[in-house]
Amino acid sequence: MKSFKEKLTERVFLLIALSTLSVLALITVFIFIKGMPIIAKVGIIDFVFGMKWAPSQGYYGIFPMIVGSVSVTIGAAIVGVPIAICCSIFLAEFAPVKLRNIFRPAIQLLAAIPSVVYGFWGVLFVVPAIRKYLGGPGLSILAGSIILGIMILPTIISITEVSLLALPRHYKDGALALGLTQWQTIRSLLLPAAKSGIVAAVILGLGRAIGETMAVIMVLGNAVALPHSVLDPVRTLTTNIGIEMGYASGEHQQALFATGIVLFVIIMILNATAQYITRKR
Amino acid sequence: MDDLILKSGQRAKIKTDSVNLFYGSFQALKNVTMDIQECAITAIIGPSGCGKSSLLRLFNRMNDPIPGVRVEGKILLDDTSIYDKSMDVVALKKRVGMVFQKPNPFPMSVYDNMVFGPRHHGIKQKARLDEIVESYLSQVALWDELKDKLKGSAFDLSPGQQQRLCIARALAVEPEVLLMDESCSALDPESTMQVEGLMEELAKKYTILIVTHSMEQAARVSHMTAFMMMDEDRAGTLVEYAPTEQIFANPKDKRTEDYITGRFG
Repeated sequence: MKSFKEKLTERVFLLIALSTLSVLALITVFIFIKGMPIIAKVGIIDFVFGMKWAPSQGYYGIFPMIVGSVSVTIGAAIVGVPIAICCSIFLAEFAPVKLRNIFRPAIQLLAAIPSVVYGFWGVLFVVPAIRKYLGGPGLSILAGSIILGIMILPTIISITEVSLLALPRHYKDGALALGLTQWQTIRSLLLPAAKSGIVAAVILGLGRAIGETMAVIMVLGNAVALPHSVLDPVRTLTTNIGIEMGYASGEHQQALFATGIVLFVIIMILNATAQYITRKR
Repeated sequence: MDDLILKSGQRAKIKTDSVNLFYGSFQALKNVTMDIQECAITAIIGPSGCGKSSLLRLFNRMNDPIPGVRVEGKILLDDTSIYDKSMDVVALKKRVGMVFQKPNPFPMSVYDNMVFGPRHHGIKQKARLDEIVESYLSQVALWDELKDKLKGSAFDLSPGQQQRLCIARALAVEPEVLLMDESCSALDPESTMQVEGLMEELAKKYTILIVTHSMEQAARVSHMTAFMMMDEDRAGTLVEYAPTEQIFANPKDKRTEDYITGRFG
């Protein structure tokens, strides 16, 4: 029989735990209430696939920003995923314990750097370098991809490493005992066996990339136009909100919330996919 | 006894000479000297922690990844020293196959398990791979059971089938020696009998070394038996090594006799 005090404590903790859930619910409801009217007015098709964003004239089309978000995210994947996977293979399979103990906290530290600092570094080094060596304004998809590619490393590395380390030791022993080299073992047994974990890691990394705002505001150039090359500036869904929320009002403000809805849906789909894949395993 | 006479004329496939094995400062094996006969089954028995598995894993250098591992003395496979600097460890593992305690099929189909080794050793033609699958699954008496389930997951097999698959998979890279590390301990009696029958069959072509906790198993299948024990420093030593009949009927060492009559261990 639990004492009254015990029961009370339990309830209090439950209440506090519920408050985190309710914040999620509140934010979701709030965004949808604020954003849905403008989507209803403009029409979902015209809003999502509209090419022109000119709030002062009543044009609310976010397609260029969807293209911006998607292109920067794909770019980040191209930059970040190979590095992250190689790094986790190194940590899980090759690195001696001492080296691993240096690497692991260092990579976690990468996640602790504030995104504005990444952006600042991007503006001062990456953007001028692109302008100088590749041409264009420098503020570009490429600059954003590089910055985001670095920012998603910790997420992908830690989850990939965990899924490699979670494989039973006897897989590796079995393959080595058949006379495979270590690299052959990794490539044709361990990586395929850890596939679902790695895919989930990449998707979560991409979710982080598509949601990032501060760093990309600083390096993307923020032009609302369809890009023609990776050296062109773009605006993403997140930066659109970040840049205009300060002075938006009325329908304009609603349209920013509606941008948030689209972003919310994309990220929800990504995370749900990642969870589904991990759970299936 | 016929078997013994039959086997006695054969040459040694593996020779060890004064082998010491260290894990860091801990000595796991002390002064092990033994010749292992070609195309025979040699059993290594002894109480837990006596270094049986450590000794077995010396022969295909599976101990190598353990930090601080060090080997002294000589181990010869067909007169080549396997701890020589020039030894190609990957090629050695191809010649000396291993079957583990727990069945360890890979997370793929039966077919892919079977061709996993051969494919990495350069066999690419589908026809040749098919042939390998059939021939080695037949050797372990699995072909008839599995020929219609080759594309199915190896995890769906019974433990006994899985272990026989692992044996077939090891054979498919055409080793000369097969190391079996308590390979029946996770199996039910019927599967154990099947695997033991298989060992006897395989011993016609392969040199087989088994580590076993079961003295009955050693007595049933092996031609030679090595009895190991920890000495006062907890290092594994070879106490007695002789034809199996002799070890069980007429052990020379008092400690062997105590062990096989069940007085300790």
